[in-house]
Amino acid sequence: MAIGVYLTFRILDLADMTAEGSFPLGGAITTMCLIQGINPILATLSAFGGGLIAGFVTGFLNTKLKIPSLLAGIITMTGLYSITSRVMNNAANVSLLGKQTIFTIAQNWGLSRNNAVIIMGLFIALLAIGLLVVFFKTEIGLAMRATGDNSEMSAANGINTQAMKILGYMISNACIALSGGLLAQNNGFADLNSGVGTIVIGLAAIIIAEVLIRHLSIGARLLTLVLGAIIYRLILALVFQMNVEPSDAKLASALVLVVCLILPNFHLPHNLKGRK
Amino acid sequence: MPKVLSINNLHQTFEQGTVNENRVLRGIDLELETGDFVTIIGSNGAGKSTLLNSIAGTIPVQEGQIILNDTDISKLPVTKRAKKISRVFQDPKMGTAVRLTVEENLALAMKRGQHRGFRSGVKKHDRQFFKKQLAQLNLNLENRLETEIGLLSGGQRQAITLLMATLKRPDLILLDEHTAALDPKTSITVMELTQKLISEQNLTAFMVTHNMEDAIHYGNRLIMLHQGRVALNLAGKEKKNLTVTKLMELFQKQVGTELEDDAMLLR
Repeated sequence: MAIGVYLTFRILDLADMTAEGSFPLGGAITTMCLIQGINPILATLSAFGGGLIAGFVTGFLNTKLKIPSLLAGIITMTGLYSITSRVMNNAANVSLLGKQTIFTIAQNWGLSRNNAVIIMGLFIALLAIGLLVVFFKTEIGLAMRATGDNSEMSAANGINTQAMKILGYMISNACIALSGGLLAQNNGFADLNSGVGTIVIGLAAIIIAEVLIRHLSIGARLLTLVLGAIIYRLILALVFQMNVEPSDAKLASALVLVVCLILPNFHLPHNLKGRK
Repeated sequence: MPKVLSINNLHQTFEQGTVNENRVLRGIDLELETGDFVTIIGSNGAGKSTLLNSIAGTIPVQEGQIILNDTDISKLPVTKRAKKISRVFQDPKMGTAVRLTVEENLALAMKRGQHRGFRSGVKKHDRQFFKKQLAQLNLNLENRLETEIGLLSGGQRQAITLLMATLKRPDLILLDEHTAALDPKTSITVMELTQKLISEQNLTAFMVTHNMEDAIHYGNRLIMLHQGRVALNLAGKEKKNLTVTKLMELFQKQVGTELEDDAMLLR
């Protein structure tokens, strides 16, 4: 998921709120597919497809209809809430109890439940990173990065910047929906409200990764994002050990993010500015 | 000589129909032949940048026609025109993608106006070509293919932008005060490089400048814009024998007003 947020936030230089909608959408799609008895791998890929569509909508609103990116994301996110609810047959929660998931497949190979989640999770993350790295080295990939970097120059070099932005939104949201699908399988249920705070978690992972290791090639950067996400989780776990009420959880995670954001400014004043 | 570019009766008005109405271009007629290197001067607000932007497509044409190699490009978007027209901006930051490496930027320019697919962005055999091209800049950039552009100086970036603009031969190259943001020494280096690249490939070029000396020294034609019209259009011998004083005299005779020295001689 952090990877998805990274794509729009850093590569395209846009803050995409669609994440908050595509995350539960991915969970819902995967869960409903699994309940129908569809192959877990196919079910997980369906989430990816759902994210592609969500990203396309935001991209279309942003580029063709000229709605500012932040608003376009919020519009899609709001609309997706109803769609996700529909996908889940108007239930706020759908359980996956006893259904086959992508993790039970791994368990069938003789792995313990925890190992299955870790190995499957890492495998999919690495696969996604590998594919993205290859993609960003292609002609289209280069064009997309250039668009986020310098849109006017890209247009002057004959790059269709609108198409590149839409494609970026699509890939980004597909990754986010995919992670939503994985999380639902791990939790054993899909939750309509699981999207709240998605973008915060994603941004936190990005910033932690960037603070820890600066100036990296794109492949290495994507790898450190996984690390950033894990560290963010660890920090949260530490915070929760200090008897934080469950209802305060979001506030606590928002505060952790604020701390992560301002810390680098104290040590390296031009840290964040220099990267843009 | 075949015509490369014809501009017929080009008008551009900003904020049309309001009190702020500003008629920036009031009927420009121009013709360029292959190999023409035209320098454009004029005071602030004369319409130089608007003219360039109209040709590049960043400002839609309101009235008149722009014809490039027998094709009317007046209605084409920037992306489509990029196939034929390349551009160097005033701000060195504008011409390159700063988070991409030198070779990635060059590879982007190689594909200007062509279809981009899923083939590798920077190809192996291109690398050798890029090295050779970079070596002729004499800026020691040939061994920095994998350096992020953002880490290079303004002059180096502008030199690379020039190279990018000529890597795939354009029908027309637009230079928009591309040395204005550089220090005097770098500015000369970049101008010499411009001259070299343009003459080597026999390119057709438009160069907007604030520097009268440059405008006189470089190119085979000189155009002075004044209040949205072509005030002077010099070529051949007339252009060759030009001096700053002569240029001022000519302008005064033509327009009949005192030239605002401070605005013209900013640099």
